[in-house]
Amino acid sequence: MSAGTGSRAGRTVDLDRRTVVSGFLFGCGIAASVIDLFIFHLVLQWHHFYDLSTTRVALTADGFFHAFGWFITIWGLFLLADVRRRGEVAWKRWAGAVIAGVGFFQLVDGVVNHKLLGIHQIRYDVDLLPYDATWIGSAAVLLVVGAVIVRRTRPDRRPG
Amino acid sequence: MHHDHGAATGHEGLGWAVFDVLVLLALAAAAAGYAVAWWASRHRRPWSGYRGAAWYAGLFCVGVGLVGPVAAAARTGFTAHMAGHLLVGMLAPLLLVLGAPLTLALRTLRVDRARSLARLLRTAPVRVITHPVVAAVLNAGGLWVLYTTDLYQWMHTSALVHGLVHAHILLAGYLFTASVVGADPDPHRASVPLRAGVLVVFVAVHSILAKWLYAHPPAGVHATDGEVGAQLMYYGGDVVDVTLIVLLLTQWYVATRPRDAVSPAPGATA
Repeated sequence: MSAGTGSRAGRTVDLDRRTVVSGFLFGCGIAASVIDLFIFHLVLQWHHFYDLSTTRVALTADGFFHAFGWFITIWGLFLLADVRRRGEVAWKRWAGAVIAGVGFFQLVDGVVNHKLLGIHQIRYDVDLLPYDATWIGSAAVLLVVGAVIVRRTRPDRRPG
Repeated sequence: MHHDHGAATGHEGLGWAVFDVLVLLALAAAAAGYAVAWWASRHRRPWSGYRGAAWYAGLFCVGVGLVGPVAAAARTGFTAHMAGHLLVGMLAPLLLVLGAPLTLALRTLRVDRARSLARLLRTAPVRVITHPVVAAVLNAGGLWVLYTTDLYQWMHTSALVHGLVHAHILLAGYLFTASVVGADPDPHRASVPLRAGVLVVFVAVHSILAKWLYAHPPAGVHATDGEVGAQLMYYGGDVVDVTLIVLLLTQWYVATRPRDAVSPAPGATA
């Protein structure tokens, strides 16, 4: 089996890899910045700007999550534009990577940020268990669904 | 600093008036200098109107932030102070950098003077303060000192301290923006990964400071005023920061275009 899908020279970009990386970064990014801001802060108003319970470590981690969230959202889109100007975009594969990215970030957010670091909770003054179970469960489902789509849309790498 | 209010007013009022006049003079000089250079180099390739518009919009933001009603309100209210800070420290620097004043100067000056300017830009001190890491430390470090020490209160009692603090905010903001997304020639431009890393850390520090201020407003600031001001810093900062990220990645996108695509005109980058 040859690995090559048009890697003529060392400088050539692996477009398939870049497609998956683009989708994954964009998925993580929109989960971190857009979904969190628009759905949980503005629409549902379950999240607060700052619940004042946070330790210094968690506040610092929150700041870096915030900064990376915006950066990888935009970076993912620029990588997608780069793939598009170099050839056809495998949209199903990209979408699978986006779904996996959203699932991955929500899983990290639900386990590390909410439970381990305690940066903030999903909602306040309620029994958190069903919320946490739904959050972490749905994140895991998204991650698996995305991973399956990415796996099924693998390009045919056989020579010929 | 132990005058009672009545005695202090006359003396301090003079200080603030001097500050206003100096700011207006500096803005007028910056506006006139740019216009003269634009006019003097009219026989060359036309200067971009978008760059000119950015420069004058940047000067306008500095003016709104430092003199007039917003600046007056900023001496007593934290939210108004933060609006002025966003204008002078983030939005104005971005617009002024997009105005590419050095490029305009280099193409307008006589060749020998342009060479002197280019030599100046290559000297060690300029190289050090325009490095992204140094510029980011000057910018974020200045904010940290301003909001976590008594400097914030002191700034409102002395026109001189107020002027120095805001000069620092504007210049450090300009240096930082230029080092990350600068449009002017930079003989030692840092790599995209380094600039991206510095930008992410800066965004993180800015948002951490905003949330910290939400819980710990400077002494003398009313709690509600502090909360609104901190959120303005956080979300307003986001708008400018996202623009910086887009500009930086646009430079990467242009620099990495495929070679077999449309051949770039040599020296076309400004």
